[in-house]
Formats: sequence, structure tokens, C-alpha cells
Amino acid sequence: MTVMPAVSALDVRKRYGQVQVLNGIDLEVAPGEVCCVIGPSGSGKSTFLRCVNHLEKIDAGRLQVNGQLVGYRERNGMLHELREREIAARRREIGMVFQRFNLFPHMTALENVMEAPRRVKGEAKDVVRERSTRLLDRVGLGARGDAYPAQLSGGQQQRVAIARALAMEPRLMLFDEPTSALDPELVGEVLDVMRDLAASGMTMVVVTHEIAFAREAGDTLVFLDHGVIVESGRPREVLARPRHDRTRAFLSKVL
Amino acid sequence: MEELGIRPAAATPPDRERVPPIRAVPVRHYGRWVFLGVLVAAVVLLARAFSGADIDYAITLRHLTTANVLGGLVNTVVISVLAQAVGIALGVVFAVMGMSRHAEVRAVSAAYVWLFRGTPVLVQLLLWYNLSLVVSTVTIPGLGSWPTNQLITPFVAALLGLGINEGAYMTEIVRAGIQSVDRGQTEAAHALGMSPLLTMRRVVLPQAMRVIVPPTGNEFVSMLKLSSLAYAIQYGELLQSAVKIYSNNLAIVELLLTVSIWYLVLTSVATVFQGLLERRYSRGVTGVTGSSPSLRARLLGLRTKGTP
Ligand SMILES: Nc1ncnc2c1ncn2[C@@H]1O[C@H](COP(=O)(O)OP(=O)(O)OP(=O)(O)O)[C@@H](O)[C@H]1O
Ligand SMILES: [Mg+2]
Repeated sequence: MTVMPAVSALDVRKRYGQVQVLNGIDLEVAPGEVCCVIGPSGSGKSTFLRCVNHLEKIDAGRLQVNGQLVGYRERNGMLHELREREIAARRREIGMVFQRFNLFPHMTALENVMEAPRRVKGEAKDVVRERSTRLLDRVGLGARGDAYPAQLSGGQQQRVAIARALAMEPRLMLFDEPTSALDPELVGEVLDVMRDLAASGMTMVVVTHEIAFAREAGDTLVFLDHGVIVESGRPREVLARPRHDRTRAFLSKVL
Repeated sequence: MEELGIRPAAATPPDRERVPPIRAVPVRHYGRWVFLGVLVAAVVLLARAFSGADIDYAITLRHLTTANVLGGLVNTVVISVLAQAVGIALGVVFAVMGMSRHAEVRAVSAAYVWLFRGTPVLVQLLLWYNLSLVVSTVTIPGLGSWPTNQLITPFVAALLGLGINEGAYMTEIVRAGIQSVDRGQTEAAHALGMSPLLTMRRVVLPQAMRVIVPPTGNEFVSMLKLSSLAYAIQYGELLQSAVKIYSNNLAIVELLLTVSIWYLVLTSVATVFQGLLERRYSRGVTGVTGSSPSLRARLLGLRTKGTP
């Protein structure tokens, strides 16, 4: 028996007006796998991640997360669009971390982490507070729970954002260039947290320009260009012996 | 540059002592002096007119606390607060509708704003008051039916007229507030599994408040004064209480001054309250406490320069 993939994309297509952004993406991510996605700017990396948790709607193809279609329900061979409420319910299983953190500025770090479990899942306050404090500890910010985002450095904000996503106890974590907006000296602390998370067995799809991270922490490396996956494989192999010219050209620029 | 003796720092300072001190003739603002003169003259003339006129200020002061005036004062506060509340509620609803994905929903919002901003409040008040000429009975299926002219008391007409009109202005204010919130906030909330409604309530609106509160405070200050229009539909507010009294004792100016004092007190209190709210909603943005213009600046309607 094969294990159900955490993410399964089959010929996923997406266009904005005249621009075909995703041109038939085929990808499988197994549970516990860390899949790193690299590619030039505008190649569709963010768009693909946003499709996975239905912040964008795909035009064609099949996209499944944990065996469930994203955005649709299949009944009697027909696809039915999900209601907003159902879409929201499915997103609870997926955590997302953004390039620009997007913490809620009117809430403290702890309140940011507690918000979704409290309001979305309706869990008891004590339980959520206990878990949230533990999560902040885990990302090294146990002492900063009362700080507002504006009082935290970029690296600290991003770590809070990771804790916030984890508070919903997701089965899949999506990272969209989580360190691109950070000063170089702050990148390491965020990558450390992500490495820990990867080691703990979390399924992760990570869009990143941090090749070193992809090499060490990634199980697979995917190179995306012009909305298609040009090549994928074990990170060390892809990085050492790229099979396609486009991959080679891209890597020569970033390595 | 050369004439003033300023050279790049690298060069050795060339005999500094010989640069003469600046002895310039300041710009003369003749316009300002003329304006000030006219203003002083006007104030003097006005003061003489008031002191020369037959005004008994004792009457003005005595009526500040008569039962009639206090009753009107209470009604003014009640109708202003309720109408503003109706306006805010409608403003939130129609602002959200105005940003709907569906064109029909957006059109409803636009039509509402267009209609109620485009006609005078006084006309709207009179229309509500005379609603029975349009609809003679109001029927709620399963509950009963009532003659319209029994339902539409002056209070109800004033509430509908002022509140619904205010809602049109609040729609624009709330829309601006919502649009000021970064798109990433909505996305982050959605990614956490928050529904659109929850996102609006917990994430977008609290942040939009910073943009919404200051103009809403102004709206409420206007509302306190605007509520005097309800005088025209027999609602017993502050102005009406004065008119009632002066049509008996003929102390017209005295009583108009009485209510003016009360309006000033009300608007001043509202302005102070607005400042407190502003502080409350700037939390987390400018640090923990936040800052807002000084009390004096707020009362006199001055804005600190440089703050957006
Ligand atoms: N909402 C949108 N409307 C129109 N075009 C869009 C939209 N979002 C993205 N695009 C376009 O889709 C293409 C892919 O964008 P995407 O953000 O997925 O690229 P990316 O691979 O994440 O790039 P980067 O590395 O710069 O983040 C770009 O050409 C972009 O201009
Ligand atoms: Mg991107």
C-alpha cells in the first residue's frame, strides 16, 4: 500500500489575465518530506504555494492536500465548489509563513499565536495559552510574548509567525521565501527554527533562495521556471549535477 | 555660494573672520497685519453690538439648568449617540458590501451612498416624518400591522433620518479604513483558517480603526450640532427647548446663547473622548502607548504637522 501524499499536484495550471503563470505543475510531496522550491523571480513559486492553500484558485488540473481536493468536493464524478467556510476549515491543516511576516500588529506576540486556535478552533484559553507559550519557547522567544510586532526584529517577527502557524497544529507547512526580507545576520536564526521543524518530521514546502538550507535540510529540490517544474531530485544531486541547461544557468547565478 | 564664503569642508577655512554677519531685512507680512486689523475691528464691533443690545445674560445663565433645557440636552445626546451608532453600523455593512466580489452587491452600496449623500438631511428628515403619506400601514408578516403615523414618532423619524444619512458618510470612512490595511493581513488570517467574517472582525477592522476613528469623532461632533435639525420635525431636542421657552418669554437671543453654551460643552466633551479612543487604537503601531495630538490641539482643531 502506498502512503497518501501530503501534496499532490497534477497538471496544475493558473493564469492571470493573459499571463500563464503555472503551466502544468506535477509534484508529489510525501508526509514528512521537506521539499524545497527554487527558481527565478516570476517563475510562479509563490503562486503555486498560494494555490496549495487556496489563496488562489487554479484554472485546471488536480491539486490535493492530504488526499482532499483543494477548493472542491468531488461527488458523483462532479466537482462542487466549496463554501468559504469549508475552504477556511481545510486551511486549518496547512500553515503558511510569508516573506513579509504579516503578523497582526495590534496584537502581542503571544496574542498572535493564540488568535487562531482560540477563535477558529474555539479551544479553551488556558490550553491555548499553555501551548502558545511553549511554541514561543521553541522558537526562542519565550520571554518576548508581551512584545508587539513593531518592537521585534525581523528575525524575531518571522519566528513568531512560524509559531503562529504551528499553533493550529498543521500537517503541512508552506514557507514563501521566509528569509528574503531579513538582514543577512538574522537569516540564520530563522533557518535554525526551520531546521528543527524539519527534523521533527513536519511536512514542508519551502520556497527559498537559501541553497545551503535546501542542500542540508531538504529531502527534494524542485527547480521551477516559467510555470513548469524543469527538474527535481535529491538536493545534492540536482545542485551538483543539474541535468537541464536552465537549471545550470540559474544555479550558476545563485551559487 | 562663493559670495557667502561657503566652501567644501576639505578646503582650509578661508579667513572666517572676514565674513560679515547676516543683517537682512525680514520679509514684511503686510497682508497679515491688514487681516489682523480687520479681525480686531470686527470683534470690537460685535462686542459693542452685544453689550449695547438689550440682552439679559442672567436669563441665559438661569436657563442653562432649567428642566426644559436639560430635557432637551438629554434628548440631543440620546439622538446623537443613537444616530451615530446606526450610522457606524450601516457604514460597516455598506463598506464591506462596497468591496464585494459581486458587482450587484457593490452597486447597492454605491446607490445608497449616492442617494443619501446627495440629498439634504433636512429633506430626508421631513420625508421620514411624513412617511405615512407614502406608506399608510407597516405590516410585518406573523407579527401584526400598524398605522405608519403611529410608528413614526418624531424620535423614530429623527433616528432614521440622521442615522441613515450618517451611514452614507460612514461608509466612505470605513471603506478608507479597510483599504488602509495591508492585503497581507487578510491573507495571513485566511491562511490560519479564519473565515472572511472573523478576519474582518478580528484582524482588518481593529487595524482600520486607526484610520476610521479620527474622522468618526469629527462626524459625531457634527452630529451633535446636526441633531438640531430634528427641531423641524417636533423632536424635543435642545434647540426646540429653547424655542419653546423664548416663544413665551421672548428672550430669543438669551436662549439661543443658552443652547450655544450647551452645544459647546457637548462638542468639547466629544472631542476629548475622541482623543482617548484614538490613543486606544494606535496600540502596537507607535509602540505600546501610542501618541495623539494634545488636548488643546484637539479642541481647537489643530493637527500636529508632520503626522499623516
Ligand atoms: N495577483 C496577480 N495578478 C496578476 N499577475 C500576477 C499576480 N500575482 C502574480 N502575478 C504574476 O505571476 C507571475 C509569477 O508570480 P509569482 O509571485 O508566483 O513568482 P515568484 O516565482 O514567486 O517570484 P519571486 O521570486 O519574485 O517571488 C509573475 O509574472 C507575476 O507578475
Ligand atoms: Mg514569490
